[in-house]
Amino acid sequence: MSVVAKFRAPGWYRVLISVPLAFAFSIALTAAVRAAYGWDPIVDWTSVTTVSLIAMPLAFLVAIGCFTYWFDWALGKPTVPDDHSSHGATSWRDYFKVNTDHKVIGIQYIVTTFFFFILGGLMAMLIRAELTQPGTQFVDPNTYNGLFSVHASLMIFLFIIPVFAGIANYVVPLMIGAPDMAFPRLNALSFWLLPTAGVMMMASFFVDGGAFATGWTAYAPLSTEAPLGQQFFTIGVQFAGASSIATALNFLVTIITMRAPGMTFWRMPLMVWAQFTTSLLVVIATPFIAGSQFFVLLDRSLGTDFFTAGAGGDVLMYQHVFWFYSHPAVYIMMLPGFGIVSEVISTHARKPVFGYRMMAFSLVAIVILGFTVWAHHMFVSGMFAWLRVPMMITTMLIAVPTGVKIFSWLGTLWRGAIHLTTPMLFALGFITMFTLGGISGVMLAVVPIDIHVSDTYFIVAHIHYVLFGGSVFTIFAGIYHWFPKMTGRMYDESLGKLHFWLSFVFFNLTFGPMHLVGVDGMPRRVADYADQYATMNAIISVSAFLFGLSFLVFLYNMVTSWRNGPKAAGNPWRAHSIEWQVSSPPPIFNFDEIPTVVGGPYEYGVPGAVHAVFADKKAPVGASPTPAGGGAPPPNEA
Amino acid sequence: MFWVVVLSVAATAIGIAISLAIDWFPTQASSAAADIDTLYDVLLIVSVPIFVLVMAVVIYSVYAFRVKPGDMSDGAPIHGNTRLEIIWVTIPLIIVSVLAGYGWIVLDDIEAKKADTLVVHVTGQQFAWSFEYPGQGKLQSNQLVLPKDRPVHFKVNSKDVLHDFWVPEFRLKTDAVPGITTDIRLTPTRLGSYPVVCAELCGIGHSTMRQTVRVISAEDFDAWVAEQRQGDEDGGMEAAGGDPLEAGRKIFTDTGCNACHTLADAGSTATVGPELDDLAAQAARYAKREGQTPAEYVKASIEDPDAFVVSGFQKGLMPGDYSNQLSAAEIDTLVEYLLTVSNGKEAQ
Repeated sequence: MSVVAKFRAPGWYRVLISVPLAFAFSIALTAAVRAAYGWDPIVDWTSVTTVSLIAMPLAFLVAIGCFTYWFDWALGKPTVPDDHSSHGATSWRDYFKVNTDHKVIGIQYIVTTFFFFILGGLMAMLIRAELTQPGTQFVDPNTYNGLFSVHASLMIFLFIIPVFAGIANYVVPLMIGAPDMAFPRLNALSFWLLPTAGVMMMASFFVDGGAFATGWTAYAPLSTEAPLGQQFFTIGVQFAGASSIATALNFLVTIITMRAPGMTFWRMPLMVWAQFTTSLLVVIATPFIAGSQFFVLLDRSLGTDFFTAGAGGDVLMYQHVFWFYSHPAVYIMMLPGFGIVSEVISTHARKPVFGYRMMAFSLVAIVILGFTVWAHHMFVSGMFAWLRVPMMITTMLIAVPTGVKIFSWLGTLWRGAIHLTTPMLFALGFITMFTLGGISGVMLAVVPIDIHVSDTYFIVAHIHYVLFGGSVFTIFAGIYHWFPKMTGRMYDESLGKLHFWLSFVFFNLTFGPMHLVGVDGMPRRVADYADQYATMNAIISVSAFLFGLSFLVFLYNMVTSWRNGPKAAGNPWRAHSIEWQVSSPPPIFNFDEIPTVVGGPYEYGVPGAVHAVFADKKAPVGASPTPAGGGAPPPNEA
Repeated sequence: MFWVVVLSVAATAIGIAISLAIDWFPTQASSAAADIDTLYDVLLIVSVPIFVLVMAVVIYSVYAFRVKPGDMSDGAPIHGNTRLEIIWVTIPLIIVSVLAGYGWIVLDDIEAKKADTLVVHVTGQQFAWSFEYPGQGKLQSNQLVLPKDRPVHFKVNSKDVLHDFWVPEFRLKTDAVPGITTDIRLTPTRLGSYPVVCAELCGIGHSTMRQTVRVISAEDFDAWVAEQRQGDEDGGMEAAGGDPLEAGRKIFTDTGCNACHTLADAGSTATVGPELDDLAAQAARYAKREGQTPAEYVKASIEDPDAFVVSGFQKGLMPGDYSNQLSAAEIDTLVEYLLTVSNGKEAQ
């Protein structure tokens, strides 16, 4: 390829040219407008930054090639024939290109999100370092506020929400017997939107005034008056949100229209149910956070007064709109984990999921109830007082479908044949800690308790029990469970178990004591605190550092196993669902022969039961045939 | 199986005993505290058996149904049990309904309106609280002082961003919201000094936005009100026994200057605003440039902080209304105090 062609073709060379051009465009546009109005100075870096934050990511997406097919088609140019020629990845370089294969995108998602997970985790370490003693140790108060704000934003918008999308991207099409997602090009765009949001949030540390420092909640009017770094959050969230919405639409269409013959809704694995209900939540709720951040952006950049009390604005409106997304977001971060845990427990306990239909109904119930509880985050906000009791009741009602799920998992364990593998350990650890997080959640729903503990470390403890002990443990369970499928290699079981026990112990030592300091009166989001909390905080910090180190065991296990682990069989867990009936990793187009679904996905222990069959028993490309059946012996493929 | 039940009951008893033995809350200093603490204890008592039940099933299952690696057997093909599923929907429904009802009763109880209420206007601003007593001749103060056993109605407001007015010993908190007035009603029930904490992220000085509330007897309260009036006139001299440094130190901490400024004499270490330990030297230098005396420079910096901002700090960081909060005499006392103690430091 000639040099010119290299810079014209979609890819990183074109990115190198386009992104600086977009920056130059931003300077030119703002300068032209300011000159036209006669404003001084002509080049205003705040305006330039705002326009750049929109122009540069768009330029990046175009240059890397996310829109190439659509532009060619719209212009009437010859398009690359839709032969999925970009499917599959033959070298690590392929993961840095736009690719429409759902399996490649799944890996891209997972690796990218874990990268931001590590960054967010390092920030957590800095936060705990600062809090080891009262007073100021390492960072000034402004940097501290920036650290916890970026930490939370990365963990929520760049890790938990998208990593679930990544895992589901890989396994859901396989599970429903589809060759790919419904909209592969949209799928690729969804992925590439993500790193732009992450880079943006990290970049906020380098601008004047420091990173955005108003928490991930970005309450107005603090956020409308904050320095330039806030703009990086306000706009970054739009990119992460667009990614989320696009991929959720993709899942909905894929699950509704691309199920294999015989795959009725009541034969879908619960992982698919979970992804379906999560996607409903995302599509309905995410536009609200986009709206709230657009209001902030307009207040900041165009001088509107949505949240200016003296000028007809309403400060509390921000919180209502924000939480109308951000409470459902808690379920967006939890329902996919419920799906993973159902798969893991059923497979590794070798028993049908107890009360399968109730498990699906409870997901739907949580989706509906999840939209009726947002104001429980606002019990002390000064909103109209009457709304508190109805929101307390709806919030506590969510404990019922959630309880159904926990009890049904227990029912699934009962009289199973339990294999205590790493994914199973993480699933059981999840049940333990999510029960604790659920209990503290019910306590928080009771208004008088909430009035005392809201905005304290009790909240910090609760949210980490739900999002780390809950969501992240399910993520680890899912990663270990599908690691053989995704990489074609087995992880190291001993290291996996070590990782589990270290995480489990130090997680509880880190976040357990936070309940105590919270009830005792220590507010959250503080760089400095009263001396009476010093001992507890020293203990918490030391535990947190050890907890952080435990992650290295996971990282080492993943990297070495992916490179050198023993080859994995197509179906090492002897599971029934379809993704296990093909080779590990699956053939490029998933199935040569679309399977026909003939029964439920969890018929363990039922003699001769089969979930799906391949019509002519011919193995998919590169795969050894594995019988899809109940107590059949495992094939010796490795 | 018998032993599983026995162990679970024992674990429940121990769990409840431990959770009740923990001294969770700070001192009970308001009428709301006992009700809320009891509610919390009840929630703990209900929660422990639920957690023990879940753990018992998990641990027993792993103990009883675990198989060796390589075991090819499957579990029992049980798909569900309608009766069991109805039970585990119904019982949690009853539990949360009862708890919600109880919570509602407590809420009504702690927020009930009472007669003979002392009204206190609370104003939050970056990064200090100020208080006004409309029934005491609109007395303005930077200290919160309350008479014991008299119902108080706090009317809370903010001048800039969201804050949250909280005294952990009183249990109740509410956001201070620009544009609206929020309320807390409670009765202080215990003599003593307790922290006033800002619980809503309000910016760079949020962590150090801490002041003190003093609950004193009704007679002492009346005396305090009279003393404050006097203090407005004599700059707090009489209250400090005529010691100008003591009077200045008191104004410095009561006004919340220590939330942002480091000053060794007052024991403060905050770094939101400029350090004041070498203020005397700094003031002499800056004052010369501006053509003022050092005292005029310091006074101007208190009354109109944005007029001259020390390099490295932002405009608008320090509230600009201290000339309303403090009387002229009090500001003079404060200026003299600052210049005196920072001068001593430099001489060392």
